Amino acid sequence: MNCVFLSRILLTVLLLTTQTFAAAETTLVAVATNFTQPMVKIAELFHQATGYTAKLSFGSSGKIASQLQNGAPFEVFLSADEDKPLKLEQTGVAVAGSRFTYAFGTLVLWSAQPGFVDDQGQILGSGAFKHLAVADPKLAPYGSAALAVLEEKGLQEKLQPLLVLGENIAQTHQFVSTGNAELGFVSLSQVIDNGKISQGSGWIVPSNLHAPIRQDAVLLENGTDNPAAIELMAFLKSPQARSIIEQYGYGLPK
Amino acid sequence: MLDAADLTALWLTLRVASLATVLMLLLGTPLAWWLARTRSRYQGMANALVALPLVLPPTVLGFYLLVLMGPNGPVGRLTTALGLGTLPFTFTGLVVASVLYSLPFVVQPLQTAFAAIGEQPLEAAATLRANPLDTFFSVAVPLAWPGFLTATILGFAHTVGEFGVVLMIGGNIPGRTQVVSVQIYNRVEALEYAKAHWLAGCLLLFSFVVLLLMYTVLKTRPSIPSR
Repeated sequence: MNCVFLSRILLTVLLLTTQTFAAAETTLVAVATNFTQPMVKIAELFHQATGYTAKLSFGSSGKIASQLQNGAPFEVFLSADEDKPLKLEQTGVAVAGSRFTYAFGTLVLWSAQPGFVDDQGQILGSGAFKHLAVADPKLAPYGSAALAVLEEKGLQEKLQPLLVLGENIAQTHQFVSTGNAELGFVSLSQVIDNGKISQGSGWIVPSNLHAPIRQDAVLLENGTDNPAAIELMAFLKSPQARSIIEQYGYGLPK
Repeated sequence: MLDAADLTALWLTLRVASLATVLMLLLGTPLAWWLARTRSRYQGMANALVALPLVLPPTVLGFYLLVLMGPNGPVGRLTTALGLGTLPFTFTGLVVASVLYSLPFVVQPLQTAFAAIGEQPLEAAATLRANPLDTFFSVAVPLAWPGFLTATILGFAHTVGEFGVVLMIGGNIPGRTQVVSVQIYNRVEALEYAKAHWLAGCLLLFSFVVLLLMYTVLKTRPSIPSR
């Protein structure tokens, strides 16, 4: 009886200590969905380099921001835009001054059909399609960048009736990849494989046609005392992380 | 307050839900009648198929519909051959998806109501030389009337509340596929919480009034299909 009691106490103590031990080694990270693949690789390298573990949760930037405003336990946030980290800083959820751009999004006009999109994007003017998918410009920076391109080319009014809006860039890609929209503006990271557009056809939009798509990371107040969180913020700027980011079709900050 | 886009979304939602409800009653009534009375060995299979949208995540249904109704899918090829074009991103597509998604909410109350009639009234009608169609409209429908009311209300309300499916196949086009639930989601995603609250409040009030109506005025017992 006594022995069982004692072993239970020992077990509890053991569990408690391992838990605090694990918490110190681990950081909870919220990541915008479009950065899923590179971030999984970066987290692996981060673990190898530092021994710390980054636990990744993926979601849309807007949803993550809402969750953070309402007490979500994340310590680092990699957003798909610059507005949401800024807002979080202003409301005191994120650490002021910790914000930086970890990647620039590259916009590509893409179709699942080979040979459909030419390498100058002339197809836009031809109007030889029924649906043009873009991410909702109110929700996703890739969407507002796409509309800026149409405006720059003087096609916004003509193409407005053909637009179908994806709730985020992943859904926009889904509309195009299933063929429901003949073409659409997606993120290069979604269609790149080994540095090339792997399927269908695409036009990599020159970055001077739209405002830069800045993807900002920010340290959250929850993470200020966690060395793993602080280390991860630094690691995102390391040459190792930068090479992964570039490999997936993102532009690198200077 | 509600702005023009919100009102457009509300009006669209009401149109989709009304049309879908009418179609579901037309489709669901013979289906429920058959399910309630058949001794076919396919009955279990049919019941399972009808109930499937209750347990499937709406995003799964939406994704399958997007693929099936797309230009490379079998349904998409058929509709294109018929000159209808493809259905995603259209009002018609939204109605078709809503019918599939909410059908169990119409079929199950009807099936229960038809089964509750039992054989006797129908046999009595037959001995009085009523043909099967006459029996159905003169005996079965009046007796199953509460079932029809429940089916209509649930089918309509559930269509108003649907989200995952329309998000997947809608394309979020104002006045065409941007329904209230999607509009609320967009407001939240854009961090426009005040506007989201107004619309969400409307939907909450609507749903509560509908259910209240059902449980008080119609005195329906809670027989909502379990989700």
